[in-house]
Amino acid sequence: MAKTYFTEDHEWLRVEGGIATIGITDYAQEQLGDLVFVDLPEPGKKLAKGDTAVVVESVKAASDVYAPVDGEITEANTALSSDPSLVNSAATSDGWLWKMKLANESQLEGLLDEAAYKAHIG
Amino acid sequence: MTGDDTKHLPLEDLHVAAGARFGAFAGWSMPLTYPAGVMKEHLHTREHAGLFDISHMKLFEISGSGAEALLNRACPFDAGALEISQSKYTFFLNEAAGIIDDLIVTRLGRQRFMVVANAGNAEADEKHLRQLALDFDAKGEFDAKVDALDRVFLAIQGPEAWAALSRAGIENGSLLFMHGFEPRENWFMSRSGYTGEDGFEIGLPEAEARNLVAKLLEDERVMWVGLAARDSLRLEAGLCLHGLDITPEIDPASAGLMWAIPKEVRASGAFIGADALRAILERGPAQKRVGLKPEGRQPVRAGAALFDADGNAAGHVTSGGFGPSAGHPVAMGYVQASLAKPGTKLFADVRGTKIPVDTNPLPFTPHRYRKG
Repeated sequence: MAKTYFTEDHEWLRVEGGIATIGITDYAQEQLGDLVFVDLPEPGKKLAKGDTAVVVESVKAASDVYAPVDGEITEANTALSSDPSLVNSAATSDGWLWKMKLANESQLEGLLDEAAYKAHIG
Repeated sequence: MTGDDTKHLPLEDLHVAAGARFGAFAGWSMPLTYPAGVMKEHLHTREHAGLFDISHMKLFEISGSGAEALLNRACPFDAGALEISQSKYTFFLNEAAGIIDDLIVTRLGRQRFMVVANAGNAEADEKHLRQLALDFDAKGEFDAKVDALDRVFLAIQGPEAWAALSRAGIENGSLLFMHGFEPRENWFMSRSGYTGEDGFEIGLPEAEARNLVAKLLEDERVMWVGLAARDSLRLEAGLCLHGLDITPEIDPASAGLMWAIPKEVRASGAFIGADALRAILERGPAQKRVGLKPEGRQPVRAGAALFDADGNAAGHVTSGGFGPSAGHPVAMGYVQASLAKPGTKLFADVRGTKIPVDTNPLPFTPHRYRKG
């Protein structure tokens, strides 16, 4: 059974079988505006919590998306290479950014649930 | 920026009501995007008509028997050659021929001119002009008065701008590109803009501006467009943003803007910076402004370093982003003069990756001005 977590940096993680699928929230894509490029990571790359995992670029600016937990990238959403606007139109489904194998599942306990995230964005 | 010094547009309430997202620019809180988003706003302007609140820009009226002489001193152009209602793109230069600001000057009458200046430089420009006027007065030869006008300033840009203005009851008659006049008391209107499209800029009192905006927005061809799309539109059109693409450290020859300086003025004009500019022209500029087209879809942005094929430093990017009409990333910057030829292969450093970029002729999107 997949469980979804959120971060104060406006990311979501859907965790199933030790693998997290990660993207940005609908609130975040609205703030960023129309995305024109997503700089995706290579599978196999190891990230520590807080490292830049992906750079999303809008017409106007580039923004870092950070790894919310430690782990190793297993897959990047290559559909975004040809259609970065998927992040705008489907931030929490087809617009996912990357998947990673969790190094330390206990880090999930520090993340927000949906209610806490909604309170965070007001 | 939320400090007390942030300036607010007189029509801010209208932008709030329209759902604008605000951001800081040149000391002002400006609408960056509306709910349609930068992409739609940009494309709508190219296809229909975009309405921009550019009240952060400043209108100055210069009048008096010395108005012409004052402008000829401040700008590398010939104010005397301007016919009534004719506009000209020009600059304020410093003694080193660096660009203090770029502006549009329109002759309103025999001894009256309108100057439209950039927001971030408005205060410095006003000080500069007033000091020049004082110097003239001190000599006792001329009289020149500088008035900073308090106006709402709107731009309506796009192929349907003319029709939308006509429908809103604004008489724009036979006004052609780079001409301006005063259609009503305390109004100033010119056929000009910052998008590469046909369009108009209108300075007018706030109450009348509210009426005009309401009428224009009744027209489905017109939508509010924010500063984000204003930037992508002007970048595709190859137009410089002062502070990035042109600065007090950059002269008009390096910037590729010598077309704005008439030959006789280059040769014998007594404008500030004339000697320095002549020296630069004599030896040729070391760097030149060029368009840059990145390969692929990854934008290359201001500040990115440029390298030649051998990895030697070649220049830097001054503006960059995505061009919604071009359909690919667009940028401009400065490169060594020897590398400025269109089609030169260069590389931009983006977060440690070398992105191939070609120098590209400007504009990226053809201008569609109404010249006749």
